[in-house]
Amino acid sequence: MSYVIEGSTGPWEIVVGLEVHCQVISESKLFSGASTKFGNEPNTNVSLVDAAMPGMLPVVNAQCVRQAVKTGLGLKAKINKESVFARKNYFYADLPQGYQISQFDKPIVGEGTIILDMPDGSTKSVGIERLHLEQDAGKSMHDQDPKYSHIDLNRSGVALMEIVSMPDIRTPEEAGAYLTKLRAIVRYLGTCDGNMNEGSMRCDANVSVRRPGEPFGTRCEIKNVNSIRFVMQAIEIEAKRQVEVLEAGGEIVQETRLYDQRLGETRSMRSKEMAHDYRYFPDPDLLPLVFDDAFISEIEKELPELPDEKKARFMRENGLSAYDAGVLVAEKEKADYYEIVAKGRDGKLAANWVITNLFGALNKAEVGIADSPVSAENLGKLIDLISNDTISGRIAKDVFEIMIETGDDPEKIVEEKGLKQITDTGAIEGAIDEVIAANPDKVQEIRDGKDRMLGWFVGQVMKATGGKANPGMVNKLLRDKILG
Amino acid sequence: MTDLTKLTLAEARDGLAKGEYTSVELTEAHLKSMEAHRNLNAYITETPEKAIEMAKASDAKRAKGEAGKMEGLPIAVKDLFCTEGVQTTAASHILEGFKPEYESTVTSKLFENGAVMLGKANLDEFAMGSSNTSSYYGNAINPWKGKDGKDLVPGGSSGGSAAAVAANMALAATGTDTGGSIRQPASYCGIVGLKPTYGRCSRWGIVAFASSLDQAGPMTKTVRDAAIMLGSMAGHDAKDSTSAPMAVPDFEAALTGDIRGMKIGIPKEYRVDGMPEEISKLWDDGVAMLRDAGAEVVDVTLPHTKYALGTYYIVAPAEASSNLARYDGLRYGQRVMDEGDSLDDMYMKSRAAGFGKEVQRRIMIGTYVLSAGYYDAYYNKALKVRRRIYEDFANAFGTVDTILAPTAPSAAFAIGENEGDPVKMYLNDVFTVPASLAGLPGLSLPTGLSSEGLPLGLQLIGKPFDEETVLRVGGVLESAANFTAKPSGLEG
Repeated sequence: MSYVIEGSTGPWEIVVGLEVHCQVISESKLFSGASTKFGNEPNTNVSLVDAAMPGMLPVVNAQCVRQAVKTGLGLKAKINKESVFARKNYFYADLPQGYQISQFDKPIVGEGTIILDMPDGSTKSVGIERLHLEQDAGKSMHDQDPKYSHIDLNRSGVALMEIVSMPDIRTPEEAGAYLTKLRAIVRYLGTCDGNMNEGSMRCDANVSVRRPGEPFGTRCEIKNVNSIRFVMQAIEIEAKRQVEVLEAGGEIVQETRLYDQRLGETRSMRSKEMAHDYRYFPDPDLLPLVFDDAFISEIEKELPELPDEKKARFMRENGLSAYDAGVLVAEKEKADYYEIVAKGRDGKLAANWVITNLFGALNKAEVGIADSPVSAENLGKLIDLISNDTISGRIAKDVFEIMIETGDDPEKIVEEKGLKQITDTGAIEGAIDEVIAANPDKVQEIRDGKDRMLGWFVGQVMKATGGKANPGMVNKLLRDKILG
Repeated sequence: MTDLTKLTLAEARDGLAKGEYTSVELTEAHLKSMEAHRNLNAYITETPEKAIEMAKASDAKRAKGEAGKMEGLPIAVKDLFCTEGVQTTAASHILEGFKPEYESTVTSKLFENGAVMLGKANLDEFAMGSSNTSSYYGNAINPWKGKDGKDLVPGGSSGGSAAAVAANMALAATGTDTGGSIRQPASYCGIVGLKPTYGRCSRWGIVAFASSLDQAGPMTKTVRDAAIMLGSMAGHDAKDSTSAPMAVPDFEAALTGDIRGMKIGIPKEYRVDGMPEEISKLWDDGVAMLRDAGAEVVDVTLPHTKYALGTYYIVAPAEASSNLARYDGLRYGQRVMDEGDSLDDMYMKSRAAGFGKEVQRRIMIGTYVLSAGYYDAYYNKALKVRRRIYEDFANAFGTVDTILAPTAPSAAFAIGENEGDPVKMYLNDVFTVPASLAGLPGLSLPTGLSSEGLPLGLQLIGKPFDEETVLRVGGVLESAANFTAKPSGLEG
């Protein structure tokens, strides 16, 4: 799938690399015992270390380290047996230490891969350059007072994993697919909740353009975009801007830019000349992190089945298409739901119901799978009712509508509303006889060879029986009666 | 009644145990001495009420038979250790008025063991200096006087601690040593100072100067006192990742007085060009004393010694430039800001007003050596040399048990001397920084007098976590040197 920007002077290709900050799921902060709970009163989750009181020292939180290693393993990445925390020095009001403890030349996780599931069912692999652990900063609030800024240190020191991709992404859609997949992986692993709207997953995009086949162009970094949709938009808009600049004979300046989703444009934030000199150096308060094989394999044993493996299994065991399997594994909750529905049933039929009917209805109602009014057990029962001819597929759709409304058990709905399929030959024959008697001319047309008129009769019979007649039986009996 | 301030820590401990006096009496005697010698400016903050309160509690504890190892012994605490509810300044204006809500691990341990705090001792600002002349709270003055009677520096950075112990204003004091800040002032003031192995004492709650070098240690009147006090300061602390998970030995038990057969290394590189004759002689005399006591004296080589000072003055300022970034006027200490100032204005004004000249100089040096384009040439190179220096010692300790060398290249100098020339000032650390860079224990003890009648010290450098050998040899050297001179500048 190629994506090009057709400029006035010819086609341009875009090159994108993403840096994603994932907040680590942990009880306490990366280097202090303070809580990481979201939404507490400002400055209540703050230890002496987080406030950078004199003489305070960081002590690394083993839980955060394990989470980072787990994430690395989930990204099929190399776990570095020795990694080093480094200080990134800069002054800002929400950075009490005057430096952020991060990792620089020796990150905890090295190169890995993410497989993207594209909307057309194809896949593409994007390289991971590294994953490193670092502290989050506090939050500056500029709207609390006319003269002063307020600082909330609750977030200060919370563990983040910065996951840096290779510049392998070539389209906005791939960027979206990358973020979707990365979010799925960390959620499967339980290492990050992936909620971009709460800021627990944040994305910076490095964007450049080039003529197809030529070396990389100068890139701009778009900072802190907070939804997948906005990342895709920002990339598209930034790439177009760069093409316009280049085609007008200008040059791209390496700089940091902000995406304004309201105006639909990117704006310069600071240029390379204004960039900080972070003066990274190994943090002398902390020892290098050193792992042995046993430590890594112990975490490896805890790994759940990840999206790619689950997808392969759904295709293999349930005969699903790559597309359907990809849709189902995109969120762990969806996959879990599907597995309950499919258990002991036709996997493809289950996938159709889950993807087409359920996801369709949920999307329409803007409800997540966790809040689905239809439980997986009940959807399974509905499929059973079709399979054992209790109701027709047509009726099943009506029952499903009611289930979405009420969340009721389909057996109960079918019972109460009298929707059970009519399989009594006599009753169906009665309805057929009435329709035949009322339409002798049409009967004649069929007998004269207009076979397709038979469908009209089926419809009339179904109508007469309120849709409850077994369609197969109606068809057979009609043929027998008219064509003899 | 004997003058209780003239007792050693060990004597006072034993006297208290025998009930010859109480901690309150001992403490009151020292408070009186502090008052009498206030001209030395050894303390930034005196805490007499707290001291009496602690002494009373200590006497009560003893009465219940719960005496700790330092029970009832009044000490000075270098004002770099955070002390709960007691102003902690690091001798800087920027921390003036700062009262921590926490107690450093080392002082906590000392207090748990029964020690009584007399006050917070003066030091060079943020422990940066060799003369205690960079303190915002004024110079501490050496109780010793030269022939011309001029005020001399007590050394630094733990100058107030050294002056307090030398002038009997405390039985002992805590110090910290980053490049010689315990050993050099001990030498200048004629007392004993022990910098333990890096990681032996927790750094938690000590205002950081250079994290990979800072180490707390005792400053005392005798080697035995140092052994006693170190035992109450040392130990693993889960709050300091660089503190060593090692058991604390009975350091006092190491003072067997027997060094027969031990090998003492003499590093030829320490015999620097232009070494004063009296320092040379002091060293030779020390060698002779140890030989007489049955030790074998062996020449060793520490070839990278000449790079140590340069390495130190890259590594220490680099770490300091980052460690001191937190003093920004925002959360504690001094803030200087005018109406309408931006955040950057506030940083600049607060830090310009809060930090003294020497601290500013080191922040600038440190910022420079870590800057893009200079990092490899300076900081990275320094780390490599530091490794070589460590290897030099490791090689030497393949054959010897401890190394003997002078502590400082001279006796105490007059206040104001060397002020215009920072490099000359930095040269005071030439013999102490190598052991600091290697993280090794170093013990300085007075073994002779200069031609001016000022104390001169020798240091023993030991293997990592082998303070016991250093103390054992130090004890023998102390006996042999029989240094009994007292500060000439003290009346009464």
